[in-house]
Amino acid sequence: MISQGLLIMSYVVASILFILSLSGLSHQETARRGNYYGMAGMAIAIIATILSDSVTSYIILIPALLIGGFIGTKAAAKVEMTQMPELVAIMHSLVGLAAVLVGYSNFIDHSISLQGVEKTIHLVEIYIGIFIGSVTFSGSIIAFGKLCGKITGQPVLLPARHWLNLTLLILTIWLGSLFLSSAETGGGILPLIIMTLIALAFGVHMVMAIGGADMPVVVSMLNSYSGWAAAATGFMLGNDLLIVTGALVGSSGAILSYIMCRAMNRHFLSVIAGGFGSTTNGESAIVEGDINPIDIAETVQLLANAKNIMIIPGYGMAVAQAQHTVNEMTKLLKNKDITVRFGIHPVAGRMPGHMNVLLAEAKIPYDIVYEMDEINDDFANVDVSIIVGANDIVNPSALDDPNSPIAGMPVLECWKSSTTIVLKRSMAAGYAGVGNPLFVHENTRMLFGDANESLQAVLKALNN
Amino acid sequence: MKIGIPKEIHAGEKRVATTPAIAEQIIKLGFDISVETGAGLGASISDEAYKEAGCTIRKNAKTLWKNADIVLKVRPPEQHPELAVDETELLSKNGHLICFIWPAQNELLMQKLADKQATVLAMDSVPRLSRSQKLDALSSMANISGYRAVIEAAQHFGRFFTGQITAAGKVAPAKVLVIGAGVAGLAAIGVAKSMGAVVRAFDTRPEVKEQIESMDAEFLMLEFKEEGSGQGGYAKTMSKEFIEAEMALFARQAMEVDIIITTALIPGKPAPKLITEGMLESMKAGSVIVDLAAEQGGNCALTEKDKVIQKHGVTIIGYTDLPSRLATQASQLYATNLKHLLTELSPDKNGIIDVNMDDDVIRGTTVIKAGKITWPPPPLAVSAAPKPLTEAPSEQPKQEKKKNSIIPEPIKHLLILLIIGGALFALGSVAPASFMSHFTVFVLACFIGYQVIWNVSASLHTPLMSVTNAISGIIIIGAVVQISTPGFVISLLSGLAVLIASINIAGGFLVTRRMLEMFKR
Repeated sequence: MISQGLLIMSYVVASILFILSLSGLSHQETARRGNYYGMAGMAIAIIATILSDSVTSYIILIPALLIGGFIGTKAAAKVEMTQMPELVAIMHSLVGLAAVLVGYSNFIDHSISLQGVEKTIHLVEIYIGIFIGSVTFSGSIIAFGKLCGKITGQPVLLPARHWLNLTLLILTIWLGSLFLSSAETGGGILPLIIMTLIALAFGVHMVMAIGGADMPVVVSMLNSYSGWAAAATGFMLGNDLLIVTGALVGSSGAILSYIMCRAMNRHFLSVIAGGFGSTTNGESAIVEGDINPIDIAETVQLLANAKNIMIIPGYGMAVAQAQHTVNEMTKLLKNKDITVRFGIHPVAGRMPGHMNVLLAEAKIPYDIVYEMDEINDDFANVDVSIIVGANDIVNPSALDDPNSPIAGMPVLECWKSSTTIVLKRSMAAGYAGVGNPLFVHENTRMLFGDANESLQAVLKALNN
Repeated sequence: MKIGIPKEIHAGEKRVATTPAIAEQIIKLGFDISVETGAGLGASISDEAYKEAGCTIRKNAKTLWKNADIVLKVRPPEQHPELAVDETELLSKNGHLICFIWPAQNELLMQKLADKQATVLAMDSVPRLSRSQKLDALSSMANISGYRAVIEAAQHFGRFFTGQITAAGKVAPAKVLVIGAGVAGLAAIGVAKSMGAVVRAFDTRPEVKEQIESMDAEFLMLEFKEEGSGQGGYAKTMSKEFIEAEMALFARQAMEVDIIITTALIPGKPAPKLITEGMLESMKAGSVIVDLAAEQGGNCALTEKDKVIQKHGVTIIGYTDLPSRLATQASQLYATNLKHLLTELSPDKNGIIDVNMDDDVIRGTTVIKAGKITWPPPPLAVSAAPKPLTEAPSEQPKQEKKKNSIIPEPIKHLLILLIIGGALFALGSVAPASFMSHFTVFVLACFIGYQVIWNVSASLHTPLMSVTNAISGIIIIGAVVQISTPGFVISLLSGLAVLIASINIAGGFLVTRRMLEMFKR
């Protein structure tokens, strides 16, 4: 068994490795190394803990570790890249659940003897830890359901939902004081369980009210919560490693949420309060005009005559699984000395960076994939923009219609290119339920049909 | 139905109402097309080319007109020089005629056509709706005029357009002034610009400023407040004061520029006189004026219609047939406009046209319906000026927000900091030392996380999330520490926690590795 000093030293090393891991992920070149740092840190932390004095029985521990590790490995190997948001969401829920379980077992554990303020603080820590864990758990489950389409993507808005939330919150605080006073005398399990149920309902209600287009914010927000849950557990156990790691993850998720909100020009609070579009005042302009359809042959001609092509993928590309076809087409066009680039909106897809992962899966080199800010000024030089299953992120009314629900959101200004080809299943408003004047813009051509089938046909025609 | 394409008889007219490529598409709509022999020669299209596209060739005009339900033409009907009859006479009874008519100027012609019980659609009367842009022949012809105006100017101008520095010395770029930035004006700006000239442009309508600037030309501002936009996106007559200020501007510009292209027209009125003889005298010798308004009397005082003249050392070009001087291109665009009109007219694509007077576009274009004069059409409620998509008033909502908040921004920040600071101190005053040491670690870790994550590139956000996901599986430590505590419930709960947390750890790291393997250059 290892000494307490060695254990703490291992924790320090693990913390440093986790920090290095996150900073390694800032660049493509160092990202893989960062991941290995993370693995090493985790291995050191777990092994040191298992070998420490506090662990004496291995009968449950080792099988649980092995079974869990096996399931995780299987899931990681099997998951489709288009399902990454779902996987991430379900994993958040696991962290939340683990936090709840640890909280309960810590509460039941009477071997810790604390007195006075310390005991109160410890109880508060347990209470908060379980609360955050439960919200994370149920919220992530709902997010998972929404992402894989088992639950409607539309925001489900209960009447007076803000009051409902407030009531739940007040109830939680009241139950907390009840819990503290009864826990002094050895009870308190009942208020704790009721609070857990309330927290679960709170998580469900919160995520249900958020629309599908806001999913990137929700996923990163839950990521943040799972971190805070770990940090709260750390406080509860007096374990600095948990605190450090939880805080790292928590602030990482919070920053991601902030970046996503900024990319949609929305306030974090208004996203969390839910109900997309409920904050606008006045009628947004109705989109009127003529749609110019285009067929495969004309598309091929446009592409073959272009010098500079920009492809803008959206969630529709993930749905149609079109990324491999896009890659084939990119290769073909590049062989014809046509510049092909990709423009990625920060909130394209259902998770931060979703599009980048899909493009990477299809082996599209990442140095032709650009962020919105890098390429938005360059659209004037683009001959053809191809929109693959995106809608709100290329909606000009975000810029010129102050009454639009997405007003002020930065968008990819593809209409400044000479021609825009929009691949679309049919004419319908986007996820945000907002009409898109881009579709009736004079430079826009609509290529109707399944994105993958259309692109396959284009690819075939380009080959001939 | 049978469509007839006669040879244009107006002197010097080289355009033709359809080209073989477009004819093929019209035939696909279910129509039969016959073409008068030699109709396309002016636009370098042979009879054979039409034949290949599936058209019938007619030997003379008479049989062509007789066998056509719909006649597609460019110019309005006029006296046939060879047959010595008016083309209106050739039109079969109850026939359809689609061409330029100019109903306001051609009352007599309108009456003659009405007497024939004809249905006439005038390509000059297409209403200005965004839906009808594709059949707006005036725009497509104006585009060509603008292009050709610069070419004509270049032909009569003795210097380069572009500036050059050569071994033989430096050449200054030509300075071009375009007056009136409608379709023709903008086309002229584009061509002159691409030939390397310095281009300035003027228009009474302030909203075209950004269009001019988008073509990289300089918009000449007039320090005068008056809105010059009339109905339907056209210009209107301006006040006396405005015109004086405008003339002073032109007088200054005339001394500087080498080429002036004027395109100023006001619907239904003679063209405004913008370039006086005095301005002409002040221009440099060898300068060129192209007057696209020559048909309506000209923007320049000395313009002579259809002629190129030299006055005070300045060449003044007054051609009114610029589209015809680019006959192949003009025919192709005009034919496309006609094809779009036919598509609108036969929604079922069965080769039968339906002049549906409930349709705004068809209603506006139709000037005579079955012998009844339907011109002018009732005014349309819809504004023709398309909303500019490029200019974004995105500042507006932000400003409103600022106004709404009572507390100014810096004070707000200070307040937040004070509240956080106060809360921390309050916590510090009651909490025991053991808690505070953990809390210190927590705050510092948040700070490190904040610093580190901002540097993560957006393309790695998903791997970042899955890695943080795996790392937050560190919660397993909490479970491992408790698992050996006596008590079945605790062991069970902790064991379960270990199980799910390890799913997280293994899954998170491995899926990240899988993802990162894909990110290859």
